[in-house]
Amino acid sequence: MADAAVPRPAADRLRPALRFLGRRLLQALIVMLLVVLLNFSVLQLAPGDMISVLSGSSDMTAEQMVSLRAQYGLDQPWLARLGIYLFNLAQFDLGYSFRNAAPVATVIAERFPTTLILVVASVIVSLTVGTLMGVVAARRAGSLADLVLLAVALVFYATPSFVIAIVLILTFGVTLGWLPIGGLVTVGAGLTGWAWLADLVAHLILPVIALCTFYVAIYARLARASMLEVSSLDYVRTARAKGVPEWRVVYVHALRNALLPLVTMAGLQVSSLIGGAILVETVFGLPGMGRTAYDAIFERDTNLLLGVMFVSALCVVLVSLVVDLLYVLLDPRVSLE
Amino acid sequence: MMARTSTLGRFLRHPMGLAGLAILLVAVAMAATANIFFPDGPWKMAGRPILWPGQNPDFPLGTDMMGRDLLAGLLYGARVSLLVGLAAAVASIVAGTVIGAIAGYYPGWIDDALMRFTDAVQTIPSFLAAVVIVGVIGPSVTTVVLSIAVTSWPMIARLVRAEFLRLRKYDFVHACRIMGMSDARIMLTQILPNCLSPIIVASSVLVATAIIVESGLSFLGLGDPNVISWGAIIGAGRSALRVAWYITMLPSVAIVLTVLSLNLIGDALNDVLNPRLRQR
Repeated sequence: MADAAVPRPAADRLRPALRFLGRRLLQALIVMLLVVLLNFSVLQLAPGDMISVLSGSSDMTAEQMVSLRAQYGLDQPWLARLGIYLFNLAQFDLGYSFRNAAPVATVIAERFPTTLILVVASVIVSLTVGTLMGVVAARRAGSLADLVLLAVALVFYATPSFVIAIVLILTFGVTLGWLPIGGLVTVGAGLTGWAWLADLVAHLILPVIALCTFYVAIYARLARASMLEVSSLDYVRTARAKGVPEWRVVYVHALRNALLPLVTMAGLQVSSLIGGAILVETVFGLPGMGRTAYDAIFERDTNLLLGVMFVSALCVVLVSLVVDLLYVLLDPRVSLE
Repeated sequence: MMARTSTLGRFLRHPMGLAGLAILLVAVAMAATANIFFPDGPWKMAGRPILWPGQNPDFPLGTDMMGRDLLAGLLYGARVSLLVGLAAAVASIVAGTVIGAIAGYYPGWIDDALMRFTDAVQTIPSFLAAVVIVGVIGPSVTTVVLSIAVTSWPMIARLVRAEFLRLRKYDFVHACRIMGMSDARIMLTQILPNCLSPIIVASSVLVATAIIVESGLSFLGLGDPNVISWGAIIGAGRSALRVAWYITMLPSVAIVLTVLSLNLIGDALNDVLNPRLRQR
């Protein structure tokens, strides 16, 4: 971290920071616009519109369908429909979910916390476990332990999350019976306080592991490569020469700088975890956003499906914004250009 | 610079790469021989339901809940996995190369605009996007391939752009320009052949990722309903997990091995084609 930083006047340093923030915000806006366009074009490509789906489940006369189409602006040309869509989204109006008989925003708000817990827990667990594996492997590079860890990482890297989920269910749920394999809490147990929390954690252990393994592998490989690279640098040798204890050299001096590439990856991980949550929540029957997207497809609830897509993309964009800012704080060498 | 033959030679001396190649060849052989061994297709109810592997010599890998031969399912499933993986990878490589090449060759606003677009696509949760595209338009091999390609080209675009940015400053490119060669011809016949090795390395990872995404989609019931695939067998076998776990585990092993083989090949290609990185 010892970069020859010449002190500059505060105003001079603030300007690039503001420009950086502005550019990131613009980029975030572009992403959201793109997602909205993708949503909208998928909606146009879908066979049949909302009204024809609805009319399939209830008796509706042709006149009623025409008047409903007019009411929702579905009889307008596509440019006008895009305008209406954008106008509604700008007010965070994600439309109405007919299957749930509630506004899409309400349905999503209800399911959001489950996915949030799942994703946050997965990021924390995979980052910790993966980094530890990588550091251990790097310290004994070339040894048997290193080889075993690399082999484990290779297999984890090749296994889809739903396969891990099924293996976990088979081993810990069906065969050993140690952990619950479905739902978020034990239904009808009426637990409160710590017992409720313990129950919740028990239900989350297997889903979180299933979501983690792929990223444990990535972090392990990244951390190993990064540690090997950093440990040959002068400042690490200096620390050793000063007589700093070996564990301090590894876990304090080297690891701190080796962690930087992992922060970038953590930002990308959130995006892929939201996708993975669809599979894991479906397998474990968790009432989250992913499960909602899955149900929405089979119930042909397009508004809800596109709402999940919009909210997920929004979360990813916010996280990558935070990661970018974090990166600047962690690494003074990163310029704000 | 090493000669071409020695690149192949070095790959064949790479133990992990060779192991990967061997596994992949088995998968290719499975796909190629499916209709020789099972001319009636994978859907035929061939025997008693839920026969465990080895229980009946006619069905070495057993049968599923409907009495369909699992070996037939695995062989035909290999076709879908490999076909979708390959097609999605080719589509992403073509799209990514075109966008990356244009961005790298024309620095300035064209590069800026294309890269902002690439960043944006990369941010979108890709599996969710695939689910939305396939779910709304309807499942078929084409939509599955499309949904994977739509979100996986940015990686290639970044790679190709970086190479083009580097190579366009070289003397041989200037020479071509002075000779009056058109931009398109320079990009296609002069620069592109020089950045094939990173594209080749990335393509094995692309195929592997595409196979994982396809298996996930068909596991959810969003695969093409007219073809059998490994993910679909796993999805269907889930309901019989307690009585017959082998139905889900056999195709799972097939997916893991195929993806593993592609990753091993990718790592080996990386070692062979970029020897400078090897010391890491």
